[in-house]
Amino acid sequence: MTDLTRKSASELVDLLASKQVSSVEVTQAHIDRTNAVGGAVHSYLHVSPESALATAAEIDRKRAAGEALHPLAGLPIAVKDNLTTTDAPTTSGSKILEGWIPQYDATVVAKLRAAGMPILGKTNLDEFAMGSSTEFSAFGPSRNPWDLDRIPGGSGGGSSSVVASFQAPIAIGSDTGGSIRFPAAVTGTVGTKPTYGAVSRYGLIALASSLDQIGPVSRNVLDAALLQDVIAGYDKHDSTSLPESLGSMVEAAKKLDVKGMRIGVIKELTGAGFQPGVQARFNESLALLQAAGAEIVEVSCPSFEYAIAAYYLILPAEASSNLAKFDSVRFGLRVTPEGNPTIERVMAATREAGFGPEVKRRIILGTYALSSGAYDNYYGAAQKVRTLIQRDFDAAFAKADVLVSPTAPTTAFKLGEKLEDPLAMYLNDIATIPANLAGIPGMSIPNGLAEEDGLPVGIQLLAPAREDARLYQVGAALEKMHEEVWGKRMIDFAPELEVK
Amino acid sequence: MAKEELMNYEQALAQFEVVIGLEVHVELNTNTKMFCGCKNEFGNEPNTNVCPICIGLPGSLPAVNKRAIESSIRIGLALGCEIAPTGRFSRKQYFYPDLAKNFQTSQYDEPIAFEGALEVEVPSGNKFNVLIERAHMEEDAGKLTHVGGSTGRIQGAEYSLVDYNRAGVPLVEIVTKPVFGAGAEAPELAAAYVRSIRDIVRALDVSDARMERGNVRCDANVSLRLHGAEKLGTRTETKNVNSLRSIERAVRYEIQRQAAILAKGGSILQETRHWHEDRGITSSGRPKSDADDYRYFPEPDLVPVQPSREWIEELRATLPENPAERRKRLAADWGFSELEFRDVVNAGLLDQIEETVAAGAKPQAARKWWGGELSRIANDESKDVAELAITPAQVAELAGLIDAGKINDRLAREVLGFVLAGEGSPAEIVAARGLEVVSDDGALIAAIDAALAGQQDVLDAIREGRMQAAGAVIGAVMKAMKGSADAARVRELLIAKANA
Repeated sequence: MTDLTRKSASELVDLLASKQVSSVEVTQAHIDRTNAVGGAVHSYLHVSPESALATAAEIDRKRAAGEALHPLAGLPIAVKDNLTTTDAPTTSGSKILEGWIPQYDATVVAKLRAAGMPILGKTNLDEFAMGSSTEFSAFGPSRNPWDLDRIPGGSGGGSSSVVASFQAPIAIGSDTGGSIRFPAAVTGTVGTKPTYGAVSRYGLIALASSLDQIGPVSRNVLDAALLQDVIAGYDKHDSTSLPESLGSMVEAAKKLDVKGMRIGVIKELTGAGFQPGVQARFNESLALLQAAGAEIVEVSCPSFEYAIAAYYLILPAEASSNLAKFDSVRFGLRVTPEGNPTIERVMAATREAGFGPEVKRRIILGTYALSSGAYDNYYGAAQKVRTLIQRDFDAAFAKADVLVSPTAPTTAFKLGEKLEDPLAMYLNDIATIPANLAGIPGMSIPNGLAEEDGLPVGIQLLAPAREDARLYQVGAALEKMHEEVWGKRMIDFAPELEVK
Repeated sequence: MAKEELMNYEQALAQFEVVIGLEVHVELNTNTKMFCGCKNEFGNEPNTNVCPICIGLPGSLPAVNKRAIESSIRIGLALGCEIAPTGRFSRKQYFYPDLAKNFQTSQYDEPIAFEGALEVEVPSGNKFNVLIERAHMEEDAGKLTHVGGSTGRIQGAEYSLVDYNRAGVPLVEIVTKPVFGAGAEAPELAAAYVRSIRDIVRALDVSDARMERGNVRCDANVSLRLHGAEKLGTRTETKNVNSLRSIERAVRYEIQRQAAILAKGGSILQETRHWHEDRGITSSGRPKSDADDYRYFPEPDLVPVQPSREWIEELRATLPENPAERRKRLAADWGFSELEFRDVVNAGLLDQIEETVAAGAKPQAARKWWGGELSRIANDESKDVAELAITPAQVAELAGLIDAGKINDRLAREVLGFVLAGEGSPAEIVAARGLEVVSDDGALIAAIDAALAGQQDVLDAIREGRMQAAGAVIGAVMKAMKGSADAARVRELLIAKANA
């Protein structure tokens, strides 16, 4: 049999269901792959081969016994390390949580377990998901399988690189301003940020509660759909989760038809500021969609100009509050300073030692933005911008069914390139942030390779809230057109990693 | 903590106008906590009623307890408040180890109830209309115990223990507008107001309302200004006042303390003060300025509470009679003396007496049994009178047996003992045990003759109206009949004999 790690999730699901392979074989193949390339890519903060194989063996036993199984049963998966797991440490990429084993499973993790999916390990991220490169992980960066000197995107660079380097067929990510979509774009993979509330956030270590959303990371659109259908749904533990079902993403991904759909190009997210190779591939995709019978329209979202500024007030404000609980009293790191250890001094010393530079930067910024003298001018003003951005989207979706833009202005940059320049790092997210501010769903799919550097480019699709299915419909259709144009799957252009 | 200089009370009132403001925290008696499913119970082992949510573990999210909202709305309605059609929770942020998340989830600028009023009667009979500014929902903090050190306070303690059983217990905070014009009765008004709130929440059955357990807690704001002055004086907020009597004393103390300072040209420090029950003084707590920056912002993890008009009206229909109006009605119906009625109210016997009267007893008889024998037994057994194993209907039945002449008081007390022992209803016990009084005139006349033993002078005295002579004879008859005689009938027969 050919290498199981090269198979897509949907292919593996079929092989498992027809008993051509066992879950133990599939799981072991991915564990072997991690043993071979994991050290170079550093996707995982923690691997759980034993519990993954135990789950796999249990599923194989049940399948042999003819028990009814979930369609994805036996398919292994990787989970971003900001979701709580009772059987593995959960650090969110921070020293302050090093070694913490949660007392409860995140709702999404519980759903994966209920489906019988072996969890291979916990993937790397920028500390508390603050960053675009994983360079702010307290445990060292992950690397881009296309070029190990480059970043795999962030914050979810662990999940993007784990899938791009075939260490897992699919993975869970979280997206606050692009943390699923930007890593997908720079690693030639697929990442979806569902509608805010489509997936329960219970057990997701919060960055910014009003922006965070959990979503699938995969190598093709159908695989992402399979996973979104597993993890979505109302959860009484998350008041902001949507009570209604958004329908089947798998069905939408199988339509492969864009005839008559109106595709809106966001004027403000094209042209100047975008790498020529990124822009060129974007234009080609528009032509493909048009040739397939879609109507291309131009829309304008003038308030996007203020999106990054608003985002970097709202996010730090909420983060400063969400991170207040890391105080050494009930869990995690405790640092006792010399001298008289009052509670204030212990809290301060713990936070000083436990938080990294980007986290501190945002806590300070957010604390200031919420202070009584600054609130109206900063947090309050940012909330108004948020409303304007929502109105821009409303107007745009009156003219178009799906909006498109490049996912990121550039291809993957080099490790260290933007580390000392937070503003340059923040600008990466210019195209992805508006969706989080508006709560709408967004997806990044591979969009070919840039002429100038041969690195993957992503195209972003956006739909109105609750219309996630449109992303899967257009995404899968465009993906198929790309495969026809390029002759193979985009991920298959990735260079072979040196195997240890 | 020296005792501060005080001004004579009458002198203080002659110079200054007293303005008070009251914040009452009511702990709701919901089965579970405000934002999680943990038990809301007093007196359990420390840290047993806790979960990831109420100890603020990373990833956990709150979900609002609907019953707590219902209770809050009912309190608001009982206080004549408007109910907000939509209300957001906010985060009130400060670091303290009893606050698991280092923020308290509370309602800040959107309280669930606002603009109410409560008529409060003070002992003199004067009535004041206290305006309610707002009633809002929030969660309680955990309980700290400071070990070591002499004061039991955090300063000087060797270490502190924290019990999160109380963390997340639902509270409603009821805040008055400044109360003017109570003059010398301000302390009594403060106590009477809190008593009214306690009675209302007890009648609503939304709180156990036991002040000694902290179910109802009062912070008393006091400020003084010269008579005729427009500007309000600087206020102090006295915390930790846990009984009605302490509220009265604390307000009086603050009036005298502040008057002494102001009269000397000093100024009042805006601060919280602690009430010391044992010494009858307040002491300086921490300075509290309006500039305290809690960095309030809307809680992004909760959707706004939006009670429908229909639900509010349904809840309005469940409101019990206003306790003050009920007392007025019962006082008029029962015809007790003022002293008798006050005793009944203070002993908390209104419910029992009302139900006993409804079951057919005369008000005085009901008062006599509940306020006398049954209160004594309850007291001996350290129980609440309501916990005794006797129903108001049984007390009414007992009183009915006496009225019908079936039993006398002495027998009735005996029957009561058998009822409490679970032998059945009073009538059943009388029948089963043959306790009925002897009302056969023949037997009684024979006993009277035996008791008189020919003393004609006694009969003469009775005939002349000197009734004390009859007492000895009646006593002797009762003794001879071992109590089973109807004393009134014996008396009638004796008078008839004397007049024969």
